[in-house]
Amino acid sequence: MARTIAILGAGKLGITLSQLALRAGYSVLIAGSGDPSKIKLSVSVLAPGAIATTSAEAARQSDVIILALPLSRFRKLPKEELTGKLVIDAMNYWWEVDGPIDHILPSGMSSSEMVQAFLSSSRIVKALNHMGYHDLHDEARSKKSPGRKAIAVAGDSKDDVRIVSSIIDSLGFDTLYIGGLAKGKLLEPGGNVFGANVSAARLKQLI
Amino acid sequence: MTHTGNNYLFGLDSFGDLAKAEDGRLMNYAESIRLVVDEAVLADRLGVDVIALGEHHREEYAISSPETVLSAIASKTKQIKLASGVTVLSSDDPVRVFERFATLDAVSNGRAQVILGRGSFTESFPLFGYDLRDYEALFEEKIELFSKLLKEQPVTWSGTHTQSLDAADVFPKTESGTLETYVGVGGSPQSVVRAAAYNFPLVLAIIGGSPERFAPYIELYRKASAEFGHSAHPVGMHSPGFIADSDEQAVKIAFPLFKQAMDKVGKTRGWQPMSREHFMNEVKNGSMYVGSPETVGKKIANAMKAVDAKRFDMVYGFGPMQASDRRRMIELYATEVIPRVRELLGQS
Ligand SMILES: NC(=O)c1ccc[n+]([C@@H]2O[C@H](COP(=O)([O-])OP(=O)(O)OC[C@H]3O[C@@H](n4cnc5c(N)ncnc54)[C@H](OP(=O)(O)O)[C@@H]3O)[C@@H](O)[C@H]2O)c1
Repeated sequence: MARTIAILGAGKLGITLSQLALRAGYSVLIAGSGDPSKIKLSVSVLAPGAIATTSAEAARQSDVIILALPLSRFRKLPKEELTGKLVIDAMNYWWEVDGPIDHILPSGMSSSEMVQAFLSSSRIVKALNHMGYHDLHDEARSKKSPGRKAIAVAGDSKDDVRIVSSIIDSLGFDTLYIGGLAKGKLLEPGGNVFGANVSAARLKQLI
Repeated sequence: MTHTGNNYLFGLDSFGDLAKAEDGRLMNYAESIRLVVDEAVLADRLGVDVIALGEHHREEYAISSPETVLSAIASKTKQIKLASGVTVLSSDDPVRVFERFATLDAVSNGRAQVILGRGSFTESFPLFGYDLRDYEALFEEKIELFSKLLKEQPVTWSGTHTQSLDAADVFPKTESGTLETYVGVGGSPQSVVRAAAYNFPLVLAIIGGSPERFAPYIELYRKASAEFGHSAHPVGMHSPGFIADSDEQAVKIAFPLFKQAMDKVGKTRGWQPMSREHFMNEVKNGSMYVGSPETVGKKIANAMKAVDAKRFDMVYGFGPMQASDRRRMIELYATEVIPRVRELLGQS
């Protein structure tokens, strides 16, 4: 099982996921867009224990990497260091941050398929994108707790989906496998599941 | 510079939502703006500390030019502070923002407050000819220029996204020498650090989820302030709410209106309509301050304690709400909720 998780993006989502991962006992490496010194203080206060570093270094040292940066920046990802790695894509297209969609996303493709096409030698699984960061923070619960909420997972490799699901379980959520990366579209803004903060049973109905 | 010690401040925030007249008709833009002026006069009379008006450029909101409305309020009130909430600095001109608010400060005898922010909507970018892709860089550069203008001395400045200035002096000067300025932030850690770097007091926009989760952000603000060699200012928070005579009545009136307002935004952002369960969860555990004066008073006091906030602004008048319900809410906020919160916080 993975013990070190890299989180690329040290904003609202990245910090929240760092908090959950630290609590679950993982070592966490976290990176923003630039020099680690820019995020060091925030990380030390908001997610004490996580190590601020560069994206390339974080990717190199981890088996599992979570993408928590704006979608429009995906071409800046350290492609080489991500080779062969399991990458959880939690990014969404958000026009207020990313600008017009036709600048970014070829029509018909799910955003995770596009990320997979760019990171062609990494293994992409889409997850942790449909729930708002404050819900992720407030709703994480231990296994079998009543009212536990669920995260939908899409990916082309069953094995990778299994690993990602067990990580999400340890972060505090049930999971629901919904199919390959193309199905990730259902989880995107405008899809039925976007924003969902619900149980696995309810999530299944929404799919 | 701003408020100090145990001196709590309570405010009301409006975006100028189009309201409903007593006959059920949707008010037009002009009527909705005049309604806010009347409400601010009432709030002033009842002792509310601050009225803050947001800047929006969307069809459901009447206020795109808060400082113009605030100037009208200034001429009819005595005590109440006149704030923006927020001024979208990225798509504005820092020199003009200073000039407009210094003017407001003059006509109000020193009651102007600028709350700078990035705003949660971005309609202003195309409207004023800015490129959304420069979002970060615009804010970064403009807040720096603005912080220089606040010294009220000639400014020399070389800009990328802004004008360059050669010992430019900007008028009017304020009487006190200080234009009160805050920075409004959401959940972004970098924005908190930035506010500390420029030594601006912070107002946290907490519009969903548990307020407690923001406590570490305040610790971050204090540590960052210390690192930059400033003593941190007291922190404020702003959240949406509605108050009626009973909990049931408050929920009954507020739910459909909050839902309508949220769903309208959700439609463009791609999230699903708000369920009653989600709403009630926000009311119970989250950041919607909806209920009777006692319920809301307790909830505000708990939240202020949890994040150690010295200022609370309630965003009121969500959606097409009856003017009479808005009015009643302001009365209850001023005469029952605020005194109750002060009492719960140990200040009478
Ligand atoms: N907010 C949510 O509730 C939520 C929920 C689910 C999914 N998401 C998705 O998660 C992503 C992040 O959202 P957010 O709300 O956390 O945004 P945010 O608060 O603006 O944070 C974005 C972070 O990404 C970093 N970043 C930018 N370019 C980068 C690069 N090339 N390499 C590494 N890091 C980079 C930024 O660092 P700098 O400050 O150095 O630029 C910043 O730390 C988005 O795709 C969003 O759609 C958000």
